[in-house]
Amino acid sequence: MFASVRSSGSRLPSSVELNGSQELEAPASLRCHDLWTCSPLVPECRLWDPVHMFLTPVVPDWPFYNLDTMFVRGLKRKCFDGEEDIEGTLAGIKAIPSYNLQRQSLLDMSLVKLQLCHMLVEPNLCRSVLIANTVRQIQEEMTQDGTWQMINTQSTGQASLDRLVSTDILCRSSREQAEGKHVPGYTTYNKDFEGDQAQDSSETMSTASSVQVPRNLQSNVWEMENPQENKGNFQKSLDQIFETLENKSPNSVEDLFSEVDNSYYDLDTMLTGMMSNSKMGHCDGLETFSSPTATASNSNCKSDLNELDHIVEILVES
Amino acid sequence: MEEDVETRKISSSFLRDHSYATEADIISTVEFNHTGELLATGDKGGRVVIFQREQESKNQPHRRGEYNVYSTFQSHEPEFDYLKSLEIEEKINKIRWLPQQNAAYFLLSTNDKTVKLWKVSERDKRPEGYNLKDEDGRLRDPSMITMLRVPVLRPMDLMVEATPRRVFANAHTYHINSISVNSDYETYMSADDLRINLWNFEITNQSFNIVDIKPANMEELTEVITAAEFHPHHCNTFVYSSSKGTIRLCDMRTSALCDRHAKFFEEPEDPSNRSFFSEIISSISDVKFSHSGRYIMTRDYLTVKVWDLNMENRPIETYQVHDYLRSKLCSLYENDCIFDKFECVWNGSDSVIMTGSYNNFFRMFDRNTKRDVTLEASRENSKPRAILKPRKVCVGGKRRKDEISVDSLDFSKKILHTAWHPSENIIAVAATNNLYIFQDKVN
Repeated sequence: MFASVRSSGSRLPSSVELNGSQELEAPASLRCHDLWTCSPLVPECRLWDPVHMFLTPVVPDWPFYNLDTMFVRGLKRKCFDGEEDIEGTLAGIKAIPSYNLQRQSLLDMSLVKLQLCHMLVEPNLCRSVLIANTVRQIQEEMTQDGTWQMINTQSTGQASLDRLVSTDILCRSSREQAEGKHVPGYTTYNKDFEGDQAQDSSETMSTASSVQVPRNLQSNVWEMENPQENKGNFQKSLDQIFETLENKSPNSVEDLFSEVDNSYYDLDTMLTGMMSNSKMGHCDGLETFSSPTATASNSNCKSDLNELDHIVEILVES
Repeated sequence: MEEDVETRKISSSFLRDHSYATEADIISTVEFNHTGELLATGDKGGRVVIFQREQESKNQPHRRGEYNVYSTFQSHEPEFDYLKSLEIEEKINKIRWLPQQNAAYFLLSTNDKTVKLWKVSERDKRPEGYNLKDEDGRLRDPSMITMLRVPVLRPMDLMVEATPRRVFANAHTYHINSISVNSDYETYMSADDLRINLWNFEITNQSFNIVDIKPANMEELTEVITAAEFHPHHCNTFVYSSSKGTIRLCDMRTSALCDRHAKFFEEPEDPSNRSFFSEIISSISDVKFSHSGRYIMTRDYLTVKVWDLNMENRPIETYQVHDYLRSKLCSLYENDCIFDKFECVWNGSDSVIMTGSYNNFFRMFDRNTKRDVTLEASRENSKPRAILKPRKVCVGGKRRKDEISVDSLDFSKKILHTAWHPSENIIAVAATNNLYIFQDKVN
């Protein structure tokens, strides 16, 4: 089950209501609803919250509210339940200043931005590059800080993630992932981050930790109006992202490609799906999850990539 | 200094005065021609609207040189790239005029992928008296013609027609952000995120690639080209700016591919100001040569900098446009405003520079007196021929009357595009879907 987020757009939800109908694997003593204090640095929270924390910032109609002071506010908030536990934990990590929270939320935000790119129109390459550079900068700093070390020592036998796969996957359009095409507007940071993290296999990406992802992801978080099928596809693709992270396989990118439903890049249906959703703001990125019928194969995405470049070169020269 | 300005808002049936902005009407570029007689605007719907300045008449001295709609045409249409399954927006990214060489006007307009050369010409005479067809255009039966006549030109209502003379397509993989006409008037360049191409006006099926910063491995991409311009006098020199806050000056005589710069302009980073957003706000959104050719001006998110071409290690002047936003960078990052690309312009004598900001504010900096002013382009605040009142943004707690606090700024009202008449103090300011033209008050 997944927490439904109030996405009225007037404020960032300061609390998230859990749908009480289903159980999470949460320690009963800790039901922290608060995004900011339930930071990934608090390991107990991380066991059940990471997906939620990753997705919660995606409130489609974010207004211009005072985010810059929120970091201060966030620390002052208390959880509804389990206050003692939180306080105890917080006391344990009280040496960590709000800077870390700030940095973490910036990282989350950046990853979300990279993912939510408009699919119908080629996204702005400059913006993508700047966001990706920011992500890389944060990641480098966190590596130097040893912040990730700290998370990892407290994690209990979690499969380690040694790559910022989310960035790689998120950098590309989801449709591109399926078709294996190289959209020149995107870059792949796959190997770059792999290289950084290869040494330290025990680093963990907080927003993409390998945890049992709630299966029926509520797409009302994304405020999609897609038909039920689309929700299924979206969920499936997102699940694949997290599955590959769990697997921690260096070829998980290829795995991801191979498992994606080929059926959704029939041009007509895709366009139809996109047209009907063209009014969405931040959710534009999920238009591609409309379900068309199958056409091409995506098994050799990488060779397609080079071929496409080659074709473009020929066209330009002609 | 332009403290006293006369306001004049363009109101035409084409630029609709709706309180909400129709997306297609959002103005995306503004440019005066070389004499200042014409003003071209491009919008998100792919249309170009050209305004012409009225001739001054002695009868109505107060209606001195107003701009009226001269021509309107659809420059670019939305397209679909079938190879990549992506839409190509018809939004006009840039318009550049060619210097006038005959009775017709020529301009270049570009969207993300295609550059077009348009000819705008007037027709005020019509031939009459054809032999083979009558006045309605119907063909006459040749056997019925008994005498020949010579067609004569008779005056007609002025008609302005725009025809596409050249289409320069299929040369850019990435989105075109700049075009610049060379001082030789025979070539021009088009720059996208990773490459710059050199074209000859006469040849549409060929272009030379002069700059290519695409890495062999796209995973290593960390920097893109954001703007480019030719030197106003030296046809071999051009500059291009990057998303890392650097400017490179290249000389085309050194090699065919100008990947190695002749000069490299970068200001060392101030370590005390460093934050996660340092790189993003250092990204240069616009670069412009001064009319003299001696200086370049760059616009990044918070400042405008003037560089001397002879000094590469730091700018000679730095002007804070809206430094009060420095503490709001995280919010601006979150709502994507931090990626807004503001343009900047010189006045005709290179003594004043102007750039836009939020809340429909725009700023002018006098380089000589070091004075600056903030003005607002809005219908409520300016009546025709009223004087623009300088505005002030207050940062602290105490807000004086007429000041506006940072938190009350409207970030959806941004002035990205402005233009300055080449010789007079007339400015054109594009505020979303409205165009404002201001003139210096002359007594």
